[in-house]
Amino acid sequence: MLGLGESAQLLSLSSPGWGANLLRGLANSLQIAFGAFGLGLLIGLLGAYGKLYGGKVTRDLLAIYTTVIRAVPELVLILILYYVGTDVINRIAAMMGYGRVEISGVVAGIWVLGIVQGAYSTEILRGAIQSVPPGQLEAARSFGMPPLMVMRRVTIPAMMSFAVPGLANLWLIATKDTALLAVVGFNELTLETKQAASSTRAYFTFFLAAGGLYLMVTLCSGVVFGWVEKWARRGQPSLKGAR
Amino acid sequence: MKLKTILAATLAAATLAVGTASAEQVKIGIAAEPYPPFASTESSGNWVGWEIDIINAVCAAAELDCAITPVAWDGIIPSLTGQQIDAIMASMSITEERLKTIDFSDPYYNTPAVIVADKSMDIDATPDSLAGKIVGIQASTIHQAYAQEHFKGSELRVYQTQDEANQDLFAGRIDATQADSIAMADFVASDTGSCCEIKGAVADDPAILGRGVGAGVRKGDSALLEALNKGIATILADGTHEKITAKYFTTSIY
Amino acid sequence: MITLRALMQPHRIVMMVIFAAFLVWCGVSLRWDWLPHYMPLAIAGLWTTLWILVVTTVLGFLLAVPLGLAQAVGPWYLAVPARMFCTVIRGTPLLLQLWLLYYGLGSLFPQFPWIRSSELWPYLRQAWPYAVLALTFSYAGYEGEVMRGAFSSVAKGQLEAARSFGMPRLTMFRRIWLPQAVRNVLPTLGGESILQLKATPLIATITVMDIYAVSSRVRSDTFIVYEPLLLLALVYMVIAGIIGFAFNYVERQVPARR
Repeated sequence: MLGLGESAQLLSLSSPGWGANLLRGLANSLQIAFGAFGLGLLIGLLGAYGKLYGGKVTRDLLAIYTTVIRAVPELVLILILYYVGTDVINRIAAMMGYGRVEISGVVAGIWVLGIVQGAYSTEILRGAIQSVPPGQLEAARSFGMPPLMVMRRVTIPAMMSFAVPGLANLWLIATKDTALLAVVGFNELTLETKQAASSTRAYFTFFLAAGGLYLMVTLCSGVVFGWVEKWARRGQPSLKGAR
Repeated sequence: MKLKTILAATLAAATLAVGTASAEQVKIGIAAEPYPPFASTESSGNWVGWEIDIINAVCAAAELDCAITPVAWDGIIPSLTGQQIDAIMASMSITEERLKTIDFSDPYYNTPAVIVADKSMDIDATPDSLAGKIVGIQASTIHQAYAQEHFKGSELRVYQTQDEANQDLFAGRIDATQADSIAMADFVASDTGSCCEIKGAVADDPAILGRGVGAGVRKGDSALLEALNKGIATILADGTHEKITAKYFTTSIY
Repeated sequence: MITLRALMQPHRIVMMVIFAAFLVWCGVSLRWDWLPHYMPLAIAGLWTTLWILVVTTVLGFLLAVPLGLAQAVGPWYLAVPARMFCTVIRGTPLLLQLWLLYYGLGSLFPQFPWIRSSELWPYLRQAWPYAVLALTFSYAGYEGEVMRGAFSSVAKGQLEAARSFGMPRLTMFRRIWLPQAVRNVLPTLGGESILQLKATPLIATITVMDIYAVSSRVRSDTFIVYEPLLLLALVYMVIAGIIGFAFNYVERQVPARR
């Protein structure tokens, strides 16, 4: 086992230590997780509305999308979307007469994970929208609110309290799924950790340190989502009595 | 509204980063996993090593504006054909199989394949002595192709990186590994590698082991191929190659 | 359930035709000549994926029961460690856990020479014990949390009734508490098992030859990228479908007032 002093030295932030690399990796991971989660929410909102109010074809297509994405391992999806995706985009760009489109690792990571997240958030948001009492929507409509305003002022605020627990879970999945991008060579926390570990041979120290960082993100997110849930449930009766 | 901000931020991030990069820049793909002494990361995050120096020298000699881009070794050829990178300079040997998919420049170094094993093990680099042993190899390498063809009696363990195979050799989980002689000389000289020694070079099989390491480019990208060939020829002729080699190795590796 | 009539709507027929056309296009214009050569390897890989999936799901569930019980009703010296275990497992990526177990432990072996002469060494040398361990822990961590909720949600009156009949505690657990808790979690068990299936390809990164590793090998041998990946996605979809149907079937066999 490595001594504690030696581990501290390896993890120090200034140059012989690799602490700064881990933090840089963490920043990359969080950036991708944020982006993917945001993109997932966008896809999820459109998907949920499509599933609930769309035509037959839209609904069937969305059903295929959510079923396929949720049945195939993220690792396989990432490889397919990563290689096929950039290839297709470049071909389209070439067809339209543009030069090669540069896709940075961060963007590729965001859109690959965003598509995966979108499938899950479609289901979460659909369930949440469905649990909004229909009377509230009818009331809004009867006052002559246009559909978009109903969505913005009534549906979304009312469904938030139902959606937050599921979305909190999804956010945690997003942060952990960024680790899979290590397999396509993207410099997020897990790959930075592996590089540091193999350069110094201190595998145990670095993997434990990275685990600690991920755990910190999880615990902090738990606190933040606790606040968000409280905020989203404001004005509603406490859950404690119901249990 | 929170949702709106998230959406706006996502869209902004997407549009910002998708913009077309400077058209002239050549992205040189290297393996994202460290491969000392050819390419490895320092704790500052910079890539260093013999091959990194060579890439810089070749690009300078060929007057190319190069950007070193790490990608996963296992997917480095798809990354090239998928246009994420423009050239591969990652100790990739020129083989018949690979030539079916991509083109190669002239070789810039050459190294035999060797078998490394624990000092106490009484084996050499022949299929007979490796029969029944566990041999570790890196995925998508000439060594994997060679071991699959010649070491049919051995149990093969495929690793994402040579470094992991070395680590498992050190841990005793595999009996031997087949890899580049230069990288292995570096490994057995290190602390972790002190357990082991080079047991000898494997019998040559030019069809699999190829003819030296070259830079890979997409088929039909002849302008870049010519530029790289010119760069390689220049650094070989003016002594830059030798100078860089002397910095890392005691013998010539061309 | 999908009935034939539901499928016979015009837009679905059009979609099926498009899908069939896509399949035909895949069959004709993509390369499949590698398939016969790699078939034996693929079947061995599929077998590895399946047995690891089944073994880790069963072991993980067996571990989840005490974890859930400890958190729901256990004394603090059991509840706190169980809670910590679940938090750590759920809070860190499985890939990292896997690498920590495999490479982290591996880097410690040489410092303890006696390990290599122990009885366990032949197993410690292999990669699959680490894969089984990591996946079992992962499943137990997630399912332990679910079991905690399931144990607390069994109606108190039932347990009181059992106690008032003088049922011993173990019998009560076996006959009343556990069956109802399991019935409560059945719908999530199916989902968790599919998530477990989706986690299995990660073990390829520690040299286990599962079906994912086989597709990587095809890619590295032949430089064919998309075809093995598409086929792989199809294989996982079929397995996920079978798991989904199996759990649906079991759920329907369990009598419940709905």
